[in-house]
Amino acid sequence: MRRVGTSVRRPDVAAKIDGSFVFSNDVTADDELYGATVRSPHAHARIIDLETSGLAADPEVVCVLSIEDVPGARLVGHIVADQPVFADGVARYHGEPVAFVVATTQEAAWAAADRLVVSYGPLPVLHDPERALDPASPRLRAGGNVVRRAHLRRGGDVSGAPVEVEATFHTARQDQAFLGVESALALPDADGGVTLRLATQDLHTDQHQIAAALDLPLDKVRLEMAGIGGAFGGREDITLQIHLALAATVTGRPVRTTYRRAESFLAHPKRHPARLHYRLGAELDGTLRYVYARILLDGGAYASTSMPVAGSAAYFAAGPYRVPAVDVEATSVCTNNPVSGAMRGFGAVQACFGMESAMDLLAAELGIDPVELRRRNVLAPGDAFPTSGQPVGDAAPLAELIDRCVELPLPQRADPDDPYALPGGTGNTSTAANVRRGVGFALGVKNHLYAEGMQEEATATVVVDATGVEVRSAASEVGQGVVSALAQIASDELGGQEVRVAGAHSDHGYAGSSSASRATFVSGGAVRDAAGEAARLLRARVAQRWSVPEAEVELRPTGVLVRGELLPLAIVIGEEPIAATATFLAPSTERGDEHGQGSVHVSWMFVAHRAVVDVDAQLGLVKVVQVATAQDVGIAVNPRAVRGQLDGGIAQGLGLAVMEHLQSVEGVVANATFTDYLVPTTADMAATEVALVERPDPAGPFGLKGVGEPPVLSSTPAIVAAIRAATGRALTRVPVRPEDIVGTS
Amino acid sequence: MSTDRSTGPTSGSNGRSSTDLGEPTVRVHVNGMTRELGATSTTSLLRALRSAGLTGTTGACEQGECGSCSVVLDGALVCSCLVAAFTCDGRSVTTIEHGVAADLGDALERHGAVQCGFCTPGMVMAATTLLDRCDGALTRGAVTEGLAGNLCRCTGYRGIIEAVLEVDGLRRNGA
Ligand code: FES
Ligand code: FES
Repeated sequence: MRRVGTSVRRPDVAAKIDGSFVFSNDVTADDELYGATVRSPHAHARIIDLETSGLAADPEVVCVLSIEDVPGARLVGHIVADQPVFADGVARYHGEPVAFVVATTQEAAWAAADRLVVSYGPLPVLHDPERALDPASPRLRAGGNVVRRAHLRRGGDVSGAPVEVEATFHTARQDQAFLGVESALALPDADGGVTLRLATQDLHTDQHQIAAALDLPLDKVRLEMAGIGGAFGGREDITLQIHLALAATVTGRPVRTTYRRAESFLAHPKRHPARLHYRLGAELDGTLRYVYARILLDGGAYASTSMPVAGSAAYFAAGPYRVPAVDVEATSVCTNNPVSGAMRGFGAVQACFGMESAMDLLAAELGIDPVELRRRNVLAPGDAFPTSGQPVGDAAPLAELIDRCVELPLPQRADPDDPYALPGGTGNTSTAANVRRGVGFALGVKNHLYAEGMQEEATATVVVDATGVEVRSAASEVGQGVVSALAQIASDELGGQEVRVAGAHSDHGYAGSSSASRATFVSGGAVRDAAGEAARLLRARVAQRWSVPEAEVELRPTGVLVRGELLPLAIVIGEEPIAATATFLAPSTERGDEHGQGSVHVSWMFVAHRAVVDVDAQLGLVKVVQVATAQDVGIAVNPRAVRGQLDGGIAQGLGLAVMEHLQSVEGVVANATFTDYLVPTTADMAATEVALVERPDPAGPFGLKGVGEPPVLSSTPAIVAAIRAATGRALTRVPVRPEDIVGTS
Repeated sequence: MSTDRSTGPTSGSNGRSSTDLGEPTVRVHVNGMTRELGATSTTSLLRALRSAGLTGTTGACEQGECGSCSVVLDGALVCSCLVAAFTCDGRSVTTIEHGVAADLGDALERHGAVQCGFCTPGMVMAATTLLDRCDGALTRGAVTEGLAGNLCRCTGYRGIIEAVLEVDGLRRNGA
């Protein structure tokens, strides 16, 4: 039986259930030391002095590292190297690392970090992204505060349509809030290099940055993946890696640290807060004539992934619609707010909220049902993508997504006697008589894989030895189940053999990041090719040794079948393992022309969401009752894992819709705890209904598409549309707060 | 954050046992075995357990907000990050290392209740308590409420809730 397409058991599940799975904070070493990061309490300040002599007498303190101790590149970064390993004279955001204290216990390191005296000279804080554009504002980076302006134009005029709507929307800063806080162990190697055991989305991008900062050749920086407690984009950038690697090389001892939750909130880049100004023009029958959008993204203090995020926001600003004229611009600016970077959905989340909210305004203006308005405008096979002009080909089943989504069963009326069912839950605050139900609908689109001319590739190796089949890849298992997918794919190529997936390691060849819904796509492609080659070599060897034609050699789950005889792998392989390495190249993309036009994406993922909410409009309380979704998944490699991505993504979309907002008050983060930054619990989460639409993507191995990001795209606007329907409020901002509903804000 | 300089090593399981440094310890019955755990004035039960090598219990917030550190203390489900280890002398603690009922583990797997797995041990402890303690059949609302203290950022909870309801149903039918 083929394993691709079936809900096989994920290989790590037993260890995760019984608690024996090794997360990055479970990794220890003999004779280890512990680190603690000293962070700027200011959003913008000169560092006048770092007074370490007070710690000199502390027998538990081993060393204190700061920018002066960085032997190599002082600046690193995921895409551009603009972020100092430690603040270099100036701290540009609240929580920026200033020093790293190494001590004999974790508690001693924290205590010493607290006692370290840093004198700061506060500087004016540029916390308003609008002001960052003002030429009179201070420049936070060479070349000005604009990190990227992505301006896309296609077709003619964007004014003068018979019907026009215009509005401005806002989305909040969202934290990935993965549960496994940042932690790693660095071990000095005898050759002067360093080994890190860590949790990261991208081993090789980390490796390059660590090697540059430590001035080490790449092959002396070895990265071994330890268990990852979630990621969602929050582990794309460097946080503690270089501090630990440096500490290990300086002290000659293993050094580890685990952030605490408040520190984790400060340390990793988050989803860009956005201001989205939209103007849509349409004919009287609802046919879209133009989309005009201006999107401002608050990139925070450093570039991180702001450049591609701005590209993504711009390219998806007109949704999955046929639009003859488009003028959209997304600008990411530098401020003294927390660094923004990658989070699941990557700019397309913000754009989707703006575009879908504007579509609902248009529907209301025209008196057309919002679902019907979308039906009239969605892309069909053969259309051009609205912002890039790229042909969408056949893999754009939007009409089917709408049909399948609206056909999903609607939830029952809330049982008035069930306190769990009402807004406010067992707080018993709402009475059924005050509760109004609303339904909302939205569509989403995003590309999978990197875009705009970045070559997409991944390498993997498949080894067949006497003990079985092993896949070696550097792909990050962030929870999504890529280890399961890779094993399924290899097993199918090798006649159903059991396959184990080795721990990811930087020696395993480039895999790139587990982001952009790409890991299963590109590493799956590489594993398919490597396993196919290993199977061919295996058959050829058996054919030669047993003097039979290759066609008579059949790979079976328990061995190799040769003329009716089943030979165990151990006999066939003996002492000579077979290894095959393959690199999968995805179809290439190009940079857009001066108007952003061109084949900038490999292909797209489409999704529909319908949300049902109950709202107590007097108290401003919302219960998201149900979110139904139809998602275009190419083919579902593991349907159970796909469902998990859809459910989990909807939870995060629900969080952005009604709960999650990491607040920065003049650049200082105000709610860096799970007490104040609320993520959905079982009591907040909606029931989900799911329809998978499987239309193979010609670009994908086996026709698969990415699935991780679409669930967070249109779930948020669908929920907000439902709240608008229940309350009649305009609701231009997420998360929607009680005061927005009761009208006191 | 503690600035108490006397705070000793409570992290790490590198063999540097707390007794080596002459620190206060407590004797706790962990999963039926008596263990000596390091317990300074600021050591949480979570850190004490993890320092003793029982790393199945995770800790995502150490503030009582996420439930990932759930253990059973003298029969009550608690957030071990909120319990001072020094209060546990002579008491009984059950952690994930005690084992997972086969039917529950199987149901969690089949319902896709596990992704990154960081929340899972805490979920298992909470679910086990819920299943063992309920008098009548568990309702969806009761499971929702019973697990509301356990955050999961990956799964959206559906698989977890379905798994617990299924196990309760099967146990009740004597299956
Ligand atoms: S670690 Fe104890 S509740 Fe979060
Ligand atoms: S599975 Fe990742 S937090 Fe629950």
